[in-house]
Amino acid sequence: MTNSALALPRSARASQRTWIADRLPVLAVVAILISFWYLAAILMNAPLVRDAFERNETNYTSVELVAATLNSERPVVPAPHQVAAQFIDSMFGYPFDSPRSLAYHSWVTLSATLVGFTLGSLFGIVLAVLIVHARALEKSLLPWIICSQMVPILAVAPIVIVVLGALGIHGLLPKSLISAYLCFFPVTIGMVKGLTSPDPFQLDLMRTYSASAAQLFWKLRWPSSVPFLFASLKVAIAISLVGAIVGELPTGAQAGIGARLLTGSYYGQTLQIWAALVAAAIMATCLIALLDAAAAWTNRRMGAGI
Amino acid sequence: MRAPDQTSLAGKPTVKPGTLVVSVRGLSLTFQTTDGEVQALSNVDLDIAAGDFVSFIGPSGCGKTTLLRVIADLERPTAGTVLVNGVSPEKARVGRHYGYIFQSPALYPWRTIERNVALPLEIMGYDAAQRRERVEHYLKLVNLSGFERKFPWQLSGGMQQRASIARALSFEPALLLMDEPFGALDEIVRDHLNEQLLRLWNQTRKTVVFVTHSIPEAVFLSTQIVVMSPRPGRIIDAIACDFPRDRTLEIRETPEFIKIAQRVRAGLRSGHSYDE
Repeated sequence: MTNSALALPRSARASQRTWIADRLPVLAVVAILISFWYLAAILMNAPLVRDAFERNETNYTSVELVAATLNSERPVVPAPHQVAAQFIDSMFGYPFDSPRSLAYHSWVTLSATLVGFTLGSLFGIVLAVLIVHARALEKSLLPWIICSQMVPILAVAPIVIVVLGALGIHGLLPKSLISAYLCFFPVTIGMVKGLTSPDPFQLDLMRTYSASAAQLFWKLRWPSSVPFLFASLKVAIAISLVGAIVGELPTGAQAGIGARLLTGSYYGQTLQIWAALVAAAIMATCLIALLDAAAAWTNRRMGAGI
Repeated sequence: MRAPDQTSLAGKPTVKPGTLVVSVRGLSLTFQTTDGEVQALSNVDLDIAAGDFVSFIGPSGCGKTTLLRVIADLERPTAGTVLVNGVSPEKARVGRHYGYIFQSPALYPWRTIERNVALPLEIMGYDAAQRRERVEHYLKLVNLSGFERKFPWQLSGGMQQRASIARALSFEPALLLMDEPFGALDEIVRDHLNEQLLRLWNQTRKTVVFVTHSIPEAVFLSTQIVVMSPRPGRIIDAIACDFPRDRTLEIRETPEFIKIAQRVRAGLRSGHSYDE
């Protein structure tokens, strides 16, 4: 965090220079990654393109070969500009209710993610509170909690979908439950640590006031755990997005980012897969940025070094 | 031994000077550790009268902090009886008879100074107007007016400890238990805070039990100095210290002061084998 009140005013030119200087390492890495991506696209697509040229008995120069590898319709590795074009086209090129609209599929996944994240985080917090208040629960519950995370979610997801489907529950809820199942774990672990983080003096202090259990919780344990809460929520939201996507795979690929990935791989639509991946990455980034903003706001209210 | 204190069990005790605030008889405490039993306190007898300023002094491990924690019901004795305001330490704690000041300020970093001082008042159910009035009064008493909206990290160590003293005073207990409150501060700040503490004690007429390992601090502050020795923790001397209540730092130059300091030092030496 910047100490804006104490910062000396700088000239516009100086701050512009530092703006670029601050971002130079990131920009350099992005440039290197994109160059590698282009190189990979050329190398990976070249055999297919060469075959196609030879089938049609066309003569080709190496420039034409390279140009063709970067613009083929079903590339092994699509070039960055193709992915960008496909992303923009499928995101904004169709009405929102069209099944071809990536915005629609993103929204389907996002809603399942948010519901799953909310359920999972609440469940994780409640579990942590129970564990902290009854040490017996730690011994009896923790092995099961850890076990739950060792079962591969790809195996559990179809079971959940099928069982809930047999009960007549379709759509958002089964996916959200899978998402919640994955994301409660880091919240529980983080919150157990957070709720037990007050030091002995702080705990003794509450004892000398003969504070009630509720007062001890709300005035000491809960505020102490807030930094741990945000750290685990950031992990949880990324996992809950993955959970929602995995939950969409066994549903028969009706809607959502998972469905786009599945149909894309059925029909060899690599561009569609990559565009869906980009959409998922952007969603994850935005969700984490939102949580970061919430954490920064809370930290300021709780007196962290402004 | 003086007559037991007559305090009402309901609400805050009204303590007359000279009545007994703390009475300890035959107190022993043994800790169970992974290395076996450690005898922290052995057969301790102690009386503290209302309005006294009593210091426990001794080397590390002599049980002076443990003794304070027993009085505060933060530790349970293995044998012996302890009465605080005529009742058991547990009743005294539940009745909020004392304010405890720890080695570290133990301020809650997410609360501003005024909300830290208001913490015990919130817990004890004072209304907002009372809280505001008490916080203002006691922050002024420890010279922290103007720092109400600061967070603990924005204050120096000495100011933080003063805030923690204001917090202990805010619910107006008649007894203050202080566990090396200035141990982590440099000597200049410590001298200053000692003077302020004496002024506070003189103004508020509270009983203070003060743990320290500094001889000048103990002699300067106390009306009675309890010298303790380790393995097992026991009391080896109790020294009366009859300087006027409104003493200043200058008394440290007087022969009486030096004489008492010598007696404390001799007591500490006799109770402690440095060859161990």
